[in-house]
Amino acid sequence: MTDLQWADLSNQAIAAAGVVYFLALIAYFAEWSSLRQVDRAREAARSSSYAGAGSVAVATGPERPAVDEPRTDRVAMFGRLALLLLGIANAVHFVGLVSRGMSADPNRVPWSNMYEFTISGTFVVALIFLLVQRRWGLSWLGPIVVGFVLTLLMVSVIWLYDSTGPLPEALNSPWLVIHVVSAVLATGAFTIGGMTSAVYLLKRRRAGKPETGIWARVPSLDRLDLVSYRIHSFAFPIWTFAVLITGPIWAHQAWSSYWSWDPKEVWAFITWVVYAAYLHARTTAGWKGRNAAILALVGTATLWFNFIGINYFSTTSQHSYAGAVPAISTVAPAATTIGG
Amino acid sequence: MTATETRPTTPAPDPGRRAGELNALEALRFAWRQLTSMRTALVLLLLLALAAVPGSLIPQERVDSLKAGQWKEAHETLTPIYEKLGLFNVYGSPWFAAIYILLVVSLVGCIVPRTLVYARGMRAQPPRAPRHLTRLPAHTAYVSSEAPDVVLARARAVLGRRHRLRADAGDGTVSAERGYLREVGNLLFHLAVLVVLLGFALGSLFGYKGGVILVTGTPWSNTLTQYDDFVPGSLFSPTRLNPFSFTVDDFDIQWLQSGPRAGQARGFNAKLEYAEGAGADQGPEKDYDLRVNHPLSIGDTDLFLIGHGYAPVITVRDGAGNKVYSKPTVFLPQGPDFFSFGVVKAQDAQPAGIGLEGFLYPTYANVDGNPVNLNGDDLNPVISMKVYTGDLNMDTAQSVYVLDKSKADTVPGQPGLDTLRIDLSPGQTVELPNGLGSVSFDGIESWQRIQISQTPGKWIALAGVILALLGLMGSLFIRSRRLWVRVTPTDHGSLVEVAGLDRSGGADTDDVVSKLVARLQPSPDDRPEDT
Repeated sequence: MTDLQWADLSNQAIAAAGVVYFLALIAYFAEWSSLRQVDRAREAARSSSYAGAGSVAVATGPERPAVDEPRTDRVAMFGRLALLLLGIANAVHFVGLVSRGMSADPNRVPWSNMYEFTISGTFVVALIFLLVQRRWGLSWLGPIVVGFVLTLLMVSVIWLYDSTGPLPEALNSPWLVIHVVSAVLATGAFTIGGMTSAVYLLKRRRAGKPETGIWARVPSLDRLDLVSYRIHSFAFPIWTFAVLITGPIWAHQAWSSYWSWDPKEVWAFITWVVYAAYLHARTTAGWKGRNAAILALVGTATLWFNFIGINYFSTTSQHSYAGAVPAISTVAPAATTIGG
Repeated sequence: MTATETRPTTPAPDPGRRAGELNALEALRFAWRQLTSMRTALVLLLLLALAAVPGSLIPQERVDSLKAGQWKEAHETLTPIYEKLGLFNVYGSPWFAAIYILLVVSLVGCIVPRTLVYARGMRAQPPRAPRHLTRLPAHTAYVSSEAPDVVLARARAVLGRRHRLRADAGDGTVSAERGYLREVGNLLFHLAVLVVLLGFALGSLFGYKGGVILVTGTPWSNTLTQYDDFVPGSLFSPTRLNPFSFTVDDFDIQWLQSGPRAGQARGFNAKLEYAEGAGADQGPEKDYDLRVNHPLSIGDTDLFLIGHGYAPVITVRDGAGNKVYSKPTVFLPQGPDFFSFGVVKAQDAQPAGIGLEGFLYPTYANVDGNPVNLNGDDLNPVISMKVYTGDLNMDTAQSVYVLDKSKADTVPGQPGLDTLRIDLSPGQTVELPNGLGSVSFDGIESWQRIQISQTPGKWIALAGVILALLGLMGSLFIRSRRLWVRVTPTDHGSLVEVAGLDRSGGADTDDVVSKLVARLQPSPDDRPEDT
């Protein structure tokens, strides 16, 4: 295959992955609505047992004869379908990533501009979810994960798209693989941790209300807090490795200074500090629970601001991967003053 | 901080004082306790994050002095305020320092006592079982048909493998604890943060960062006067400069000739010839390929290739025919296609000084009457310069890359232009009007920007972060918990109570307790299981 064909394949695979993610989202919504129907049927069954032949239930549910069992089957069926679609979408997404790397001459890892970072980051978010959802009982998080991945994938295709090309000289280093893999992995995990923290806060606000529909499947507050903590404590050392070890080593090699307060570095540091505060807050009286969850959300916000936003707000970042200006060739020397 | 915390810091009130009044020592102790509390550390951490923000949004003098200068020119009212607040040098400003110094003090004040507590607790036995195990958050109880001694022996065997057991637990209980290293990890992490700060401080106090732009083939030796720009740490002394010299013999660029990035540079390589030492001590000449991501280390000094561009060789003759300017002139690239900007200053020309300012097109083409640059490679280089004459204001300090036209005169030229513009290909010469002289474009050379720096303490900082990471992993992943088993004899066997206390904040203790109960059950062949 030629590079151009690989590039086409990549674009098509990303588009196809987007469509399948969307189907997975629909399947999750179907699961969700089936859950509501189960609730309604239960309600109806309860009320009908008091009021004889329940006229209310007949009015609301067209499939009145159906009892709980087929409905719960349907919930499970849609759940499995959504997971299957998510798996397929993720596999197609992976094809998109690999062919993106193959489309460059010489072949390379697909991490040289914002578009590629974003499609890699979303891939990792979905992949981590697929890997841990059973182990940590996170299947209820599916719709949020898919919605997030789909949104960012659309953002990357519509606004961040950049044609393929060889690696700029500054990125041409083995550290690219180590640094970016660890940074993207931590980003993916932190993102999922942010989602569980957000759900924690939402569930907290609902305290006392009946747990129907999707809420019936969200675990208890303690459990949510625990799961969030575990995800964050998995991601934090990886982030430390990416931002404070591999980043500086590479920066020293490529830019001559291991820490130069580049805006991207500053925000990576801010993110690190916020998550460090989260880990401390969880063990501090008065900060447990709600405040810790808020800190986790602040962390997610700084993380994604750093990932995408800082490139648009700061003009001095050497991490600006915009295809137009490779950092290396346009380094303007500090204004040299020579009198007379 | 909105949460209030009451601490029994003050003893019984002294009748001679009003309530709430503290003497100096008490006030000091109160302040110290506040500072070293976890809550304060948390607030300081968040403050540190917040304080780092402005430095990423406002151009920093130490990061990009050119951008900072441009910003200052563009914002006349804000600049004096920002300067007072130190917003152009956030990470060196007193208020930023105040936050991290307070944080370090808070950290030390927190870590030292904890180290002492840990040192005492390291050899301590697990505590006795609480009287009421059912009051612990994770607990369970079941009835066994086995004799109490059998259950206890099995509990000791099961727990003994990965827990420390209390020796004198006695009277039907087993006390077990594990995860002593968790606290070691925690302490190691916080101490390692101090090591990182030490390494960082060494680098910024004793190190330096300098740069030089050299036209290919120009020899260079490492003395202060040879640098174009030089930013020393506050305790740097010039005697720390390593003696060495080098010349860039040759500079290769590979250009992309196809694809969407055609015309941009893919890779470049400066072939360096260098020698350590100076004068009589000069060592043998060695070769090195200096590339991006491939720096050269000589002694404590690192050399990096961080930029390159073109230097057209321009010769200016004055009205009398004397060569008043003839050298490769560094043009600064304006983008990845190496369309570059440069100036020539020939103040000594007679009858009047000559100044040139303009652009270099590495691959010039005329498209519909407009000059365009097609490629970064110098396939068809053309310089297009505007001519000024008279006083170039060279008595004031100024950048060599900027022409001061405030006192200069224009030269009548093409219609529609304020001053004469000359376009030259290599080998061409243009006579200037009014007997000013002539300008020749003799050829084109390349320049490299080499960054030269010393960063003492970088290995200390690296060792510090690696230790911090190890400590962090220990403090996050080592599970620290206490488990108790109490067996009470009953008529038909024993009542077994099991309880657990998680000390790491991330464990599912109910799960641990139920797994322990499963392992306390007699196996088919009645052997204690060890999994």
